[in-house]
Amino acid sequence: MTDPALTDPALTDPALTDRATAWTPDQPIVAIKDVHKSFGDLEVLKGVSLEVRKGEVVCIIGPSGSGKSTLIRCINALTDIQGGSITVEGQEVHAKNLDKLALRKKVGMVFQQYNLFPHKTALQNVMMAPIKVLKEDRSEVEGRARALLRKVRLEGKEDSYPGELSGGQQQRVAIARSLAMRPDIMLFDEVTAALDPETVKEVLVTIKDLAREGMTCILVTHEMGFAREIADHIYFTDRGVIVEHGPPATFFDQASDPRTREFLSQIL
Amino acid sequence: MLGFEDFFRELAAEHPRWNFIYFYDEKQAGRILAGLWMTVKLSVACVLLSVVIGVVGAWLQGTSNRLLKAVVQGYIQFFRNTPPLVQLLFFYFALGQFTPTYSPDGWLQTPIISNVGWAIISLSFFAGAFNVEIFRAGIEAVPESTREASESLGMTRTQTYTEVVFPLALRVSIPALNNNLVNLVKTTTQAYAIAVPELLYESVSVWNDFPSAQNPVMLLLFVVYILLVGVLVLGMNRWERRMRIPGYGQ
Repeated sequence: MTDPALTDPALTDPALTDRATAWTPDQPIVAIKDVHKSFGDLEVLKGVSLEVRKGEVVCIIGPSGSGKSTLIRCINALTDIQGGSITVEGQEVHAKNLDKLALRKKVGMVFQQYNLFPHKTALQNVMMAPIKVLKEDRSEVEGRARALLRKVRLEGKEDSYPGELSGGQQQRVAIARSLAMRPDIMLFDEVTAALDPETVKEVLVTIKDLAREGMTCILVTHEMGFAREIADHIYFTDRGVIVEHGPPATFFDQASDPRTREFLSQIL
Repeated sequence: MLGFEDFFRELAAEHPRWNFIYFYDEKQAGRILAGLWMTVKLSVACVLLSVVIGVVGAWLQGTSNRLLKAVVQGYIQFFRNTPPLVQLLFFYFALGQFTPTYSPDGWLQTPIISNVGWAIISLSFFAGAFNVEIFRAGIEAVPESTREASESLGMTRTQTYTEVVFPLALRVSIPALNNNLVNLVKTTTQAYAIAVPELLYESVSVWNDFPSAQNPVMLLLFVVYILLVGVLVLGMNRWERRMRIPGYGQ
């Protein structure tokens, strides 16, 4: 007689089982394969694939409406997909039995509009998730939160409410808030797009520090100079597909696709 | 000295329509005070219960359960679109017939829900229907992106609601809630119709016994309600100020 456990598709289908334990750091930490996504009749992602390795910094660039933000939002299951697969540390993100909590502990996200909790001070914003989600000890979390605010150069702003901070300061609180959950991967969705040119720099410096410390980062950005400097790999998307990708030096100087060249000529 | 009481006794003798009986007749003063106390109790109970109904109703409306949503919607439409006095009479006379009774002395049967109980239930559901809509509007004013930020930090839907959405929605809701609660306090006078001994009921009893006291008692009614609502509004404004977030929504 055969063991039913071996023939049960729920237990043998890799997409349905928890493969997180099987994942090793030499495999891609984020693997996106042939992802399709539509909003009604509008197909936003038409078979997108990309891979990110641990410690890598990947920038996704491209014209507005090309699906960059949708793609990054699929990685932490804020948006669902219609086809293809996304795995984070070997775990399928769009499996029916997905443990969203486990996924979101691994993946931090920073948004264009900061999205801080306006009724909490900067310190409380950073402390909230570790206390509520990770159930960690309050005093220990507070120490870590203060250290994180120092790290993003916001010492002295602990008791300020988001409404009392500038855009750049708010965005750095948002970064600290995500880091407080000790994620393995950080997603940045056009985090400087709402900032004025002077404050863009202070946020970019913070992200650069993170990247230097070995944090895996996936950024959707319009800051080409920054992408060139920080990225290990650049992906260019247009109309729902990845047109071209490569390391920054090759990408910016020897782009082969006419769409990429046109985009770069408009921006650079 | 010609005391305070004597002054009003003489005033009543000279001007028979201005008998301020509650200033010198202890028994009548006691009736008015008892009525005022009942009005205060009724108001506090209804305000609290209607706010609870509002919060729970608004939360149910946000769930994905269609049946629950339909029930809440039906409740709102019924209580918002019918007169509170009719609701009060319906609760007391129609539903009151079906409530079980008990006999404290072994002789008489007493319904387990008294007329005061029915007034609290009926008025709370009336004001609660508006509160559901008020809180729902507040919840809808919280940007979807704020909710997403909370969920992407690993917070569950319930945590997102209690820690983020509700505290923000509440702040948006306070001015509208203020209005509705003022209305509710004034609407407690309708409990008069089912003989709840609140302020209006006791006042009418006093002037039925002493027609010469009608004008002064009416005057007192206006003054007392202005003060009562004033206290409520003062409290709500203070609360609103305390809840204000520096740099937000100003």
